[in-house]
Amino acid sequence: MPSLGTSFGRGGATTFQQDLQNSDCIVIEGSNMAECHPVGFQWVMEAKAKGATVIHVDPRFTRTSALADLHVPLRAGSDIVFLGGIINHVLSEEKYFRDYVLHYTNAATILTEEYRDTEDLDGVFSGLDTEERAYDFHTWQYDGTEMRAASGERDQQYADQTRGGETVRQSARGEAHGSGGAEVGNPVRDETLTHERCVFQVLKRHFARYTAEMVEQICGIPRDTFARVCDALTANSGRDRTSAFVYSVGWTQHTVGAQYIRTASILQALLGNIGRPGGGILALRGHASIQGSTDIPTLFNLLPGYIPMPHARSNTDLDSFVAAESTHKGYWANTRSYLVSLLKAYWGEAATEENDFCFDYLPRLTGSHSTYETVLTQIAGDCEGYFLMGENPAVGSANAKLQRLGMANLKWLVVRDLSLIESATWWRDGPETETGEIRTEDNATEVFFLPAAAHTEKDGSFTNTQRMLQWHHQAVEPPGDARSDLWFTFHLGRRIRQKLADSTNDLDRPILDLAWAYPTKGEIDEPDADAVLAEINGWDANGIPLSSYEQLKTDGSTACGCWIYCGVYAGGVNQAARRKPGGEQNWVAGEWGWAWPANRRILYNRASADLDGKPWSERKALVWWDAEQGRWTGHDVADFVADKSPHYRPDDDARGPRALSGIDPFIMQGDGKAWLFVPAGLTDGPLPAHYEPQDSPFRNLLYRQQRNPVREVTQFVHPDNRLQPSGDEPGSKVFPYVATTYRLTEHHTAGGMSRWLPYLVELQPEFFCEVSPELAAERGLKHIGWATIVSARAAIEARVLVTERMTPLIVQGRRLLQIGLPYHWGPNGYSVGDAANELASVSLDPNSHIQEVKALACDIRPGRRPRGPDRVALVRDYQRRAGITERTGTEM
Amino acid sequence: MGVRQWIEGWPVYRQFAHGDLLGRGAAVKSGASDRLTARTATADKVVKSVCPYCAVGCGQNVYVRDGAVVQVEGDPDSPVSRGRLCPKGSATKQLVAGSGRVTQVLYRRPHGTEWERLDLDTAMDMIADRVIDSRRRGWQWDVDGVRTRRTMGFASLGGATLDNEENYLIKKLFTALGAIQIENQARI
Repeated sequence: MPSLGTSFGRGGATTFQQDLQNSDCIVIEGSNMAECHPVGFQWVMEAKAKGATVIHVDPRFTRTSALADLHVPLRAGSDIVFLGGIINHVLSEEKYFRDYVLHYTNAATILTEEYRDTEDLDGVFSGLDTEERAYDFHTWQYDGTEMRAASGERDQQYADQTRGGETVRQSARGEAHGSGGAEVGNPVRDETLTHERCVFQVLKRHFARYTAEMVEQICGIPRDTFARVCDALTANSGRDRTSAFVYSVGWTQHTVGAQYIRTASILQALLGNIGRPGGGILALRGHASIQGSTDIPTLFNLLPGYIPMPHARSNTDLDSFVAAESTHKGYWANTRSYLVSLLKAYWGEAATEENDFCFDYLPRLTGSHSTYETVLTQIAGDCEGYFLMGENPAVGSANAKLQRLGMANLKWLVVRDLSLIESATWWRDGPETETGEIRTEDNATEVFFLPAAAHTEKDGSFTNTQRMLQWHHQAVEPPGDARSDLWFTFHLGRRIRQKLADSTNDLDRPILDLAWAYPTKGEIDEPDADAVLAEINGWDANGIPLSSYEQLKTDGSTACGCWIYCGVYAGGVNQAARRKPGGEQNWVAGEWGWAWPANRRILYNRASADLDGKPWSERKALVWWDAEQGRWTGHDVADFVADKSPHYRPDDDARGPRALSGIDPFIMQGDGKAWLFVPAGLTDGPLPAHYEPQDSPFRNLLYRQQRNPVREVTQFVHPDNRLQPSGDEPGSKVFPYVATTYRLTEHHTAGGMSRWLPYLVELQPEFFCEVSPELAAERGLKHIGWATIVSARAAIEARVLVTERMTPLIVQGRRLLQIGLPYHWGPNGYSVGDAANELASVSLDPNSHIQEVKALACDIRPGRRPRGPDRVALVRDYQRRAGITERTGTEM
Repeated sequence: MGVRQWIEGWPVYRQFAHGDLLGRGAAVKSGASDRLTARTATADKVVKSVCPYCAVGCGQNVYVRDGAVVQVEGDPDSPVSRGRLCPKGSATKQLVAGSGRVTQVLYRRPHGTEWERLDLDTAMDMIADRVIDSRRRGWQWDVDGVRTRRTMGFASLGGATLDNEENYLIKKLFTALGAIQIENQARI
């Protein structure tokens, strides 16, 4: 979530689902909420029943569109142009919320003289190193002071903040050289918003070319439709009205995905919709605990609570790390207390002041080690063991074949799941055993399949899409050998520690010193999940549970496994297990479960009140300043220091949270403001710019720069990951259509939790592709017949579903036909089919390292795909016809 | 059977006698359906849970009888879901108690063409050995002269239906082992 994080301070949805009922206008884009989050969608319908306008922007007419007031079909991969067009409209027509923009965003802040925009450099920003394909972000900074990022690529500033600290090559991406300095003093502001280098004016110039005409040309959206969206949004934003945005992976899964969300963030900040009831940006996550999996990450680049993993340096120690990662102002100024408390939770007694609290025990990064890089290290033979815990990359990851080739080169593979998913069986009945690329007898991978326990068979918490932790209680014992991942991890650790107990090798110290004594219960010795939650929450020197991250100390007297979750076990009570019925509470329902941080349900809600702390309007009241009590009060827990007056102004030498004033609602940011312009933390630009998808039938009409110049693509050059020519390049017409992948309500992701359920399989029995009657006629496709879809990576087959729902669009004067592909299928289970992810390339967003699967140029032809080696030959034939080489599509 | 019982057994009579004139309610219930009871009514206990599919976070009531899940219903108390479940959530019973689950450890030896059985304890012991070996082989004290203190020998990819507590232990254990290639569906 680098986009919401850099814009507002925290990588999470700014609001909660039930609050959508207070919206006056809801834009759902990059999401088919009615299909994929149907129960949450009831809150959209509540708003509609109260008179709200519901707009759905999507290439396909879906169940969401059917219930919206307006469906806006657009070309997959063009959302930045659409949203940028609205921003241009809001700025040029002066429809922004001026008081909010002036005081709560960085609109007035003046940028350095060195900054050059895409306007000046024909589509790229200043600081682009064309050799390294990385940006040096220094020229994106504020004049007179250097901001540090609250989120995103915080490592890029390491060198500045530690005065040196060489890093190993790759991790130096976007890293600082030359200037820089400490984040001190106050940014220079122009309260009139007229200075030519103030963010507001830069924004105006940047988005000036995102005109209604460009929206029409690039997105395929007629001008009157676009005008209706602009009118609905601006008429429903301001003091008295609020609009909300809802998105999902239709925005994130692009090579410029983080910037899609950034564009919406800028728009919502300009309209004054963040931190207010009925406003916000609701990120809809697709899995029960996706939010939890980034908060307490199993991600290579993060420690719990969004503390970055350390990178390899010549002088890494606790002091230099904290110096680099702390901000001067706001809550990240307390980074040391968060990190020391985490190290105490990890290494307990062994972590002392003298040994830097075992900071040196943390392994260091040397660049990106994302799941896609890991596949390459598997193919290269460097990574020889692999745990898959509830994940099915043989179907669910982009370029699924590459994933299987990685697994086929492992020494050992452990798959923990409910059923025999494709990632466990590729060696006997995968696509490559059919084509002959993998021969079972020749394959040396040792595979362990360990059955997993279901959620009803274990205690634990999920963090839902609105940052709310909810506890699920164990109902029954797991059957047979099935065990929870908690059991597996705990007992694996216990066994490894036993086996290494006599080791004197220094590399074994971290595992032997680990605090790993969890109480277990029952016949199978299941670890007590409650005890783990208590460790996540943290305790003081006397073992008393903490109630707030404000209590965390830098001296090692507190332990806390995830500082943003501190308070979830306040008073020794599992707050995530609270279940006071919704009907007995207000709409915020603060006594159901527990939301981070500090049980606040709408983030940055100080912004729901004006400068004096009064609600902008009675209709949109949420929290306000009670002068008599000297406290913030209201319907939600204030996301602000409870007794900080709106009239408080800090001294110049103040640090940490005290350095932010009473009118700084974005308390994680170093300047307390929402960032319209992001001076640090993003790798591909301080502002969003439209770039075409990696494989696109169109050239970029807005800039000479075709694709995101710093997208991650050159490290993934591989014979099975070929890219395609785009736009006017010769060969691009071989792939004239645009496909987008999506979900169905009756299935779940890569199918591991749905293709083995007879009810669901009966409801959605087969993989299909959805095409318009025009496309069917153009290619001779028959409804219910078969079609073969081909990209430079793969050929897959699907049943044909011909519907009017795939609206043909006029893009750059040409008729564009799009193809919809649900991605739930694979060869196993009660319902089988090809995996749509076979088609996608590994081409990643440089901020999030997420793959582009939402906009793919491809071809489609009638009939089933070839069997055996002929399937590979067909793909090679397409590559030849399109003139594809290993360099195709890798240009900067 | 008495006359009264015989007459009351006639749906048309019940329609008029009980005001269900169009015969859409209790009047047309047969004896067989009258004797049916919901699995929810005969459960030993109801356990509070959360739907494991998408991230809406619908409340679930899990009905248990004789140590087995017999039904999963939406929790009307939940302020988020208000008792509703989608097709997946409604099918949860088949997820947790259905025919598609494998409940035994399976093992494929290198070059093996079929699965073999293995007991859980042996499998855990073998996996622990594999981790220790691969960790050593992939160990890097430094890279290009800069301290890394890590292993590239093994990796992990987790789904996002993992509990927070599970993610916490996974990250803690693998980090202490020096692994950095620890990833999650959240990236995908």
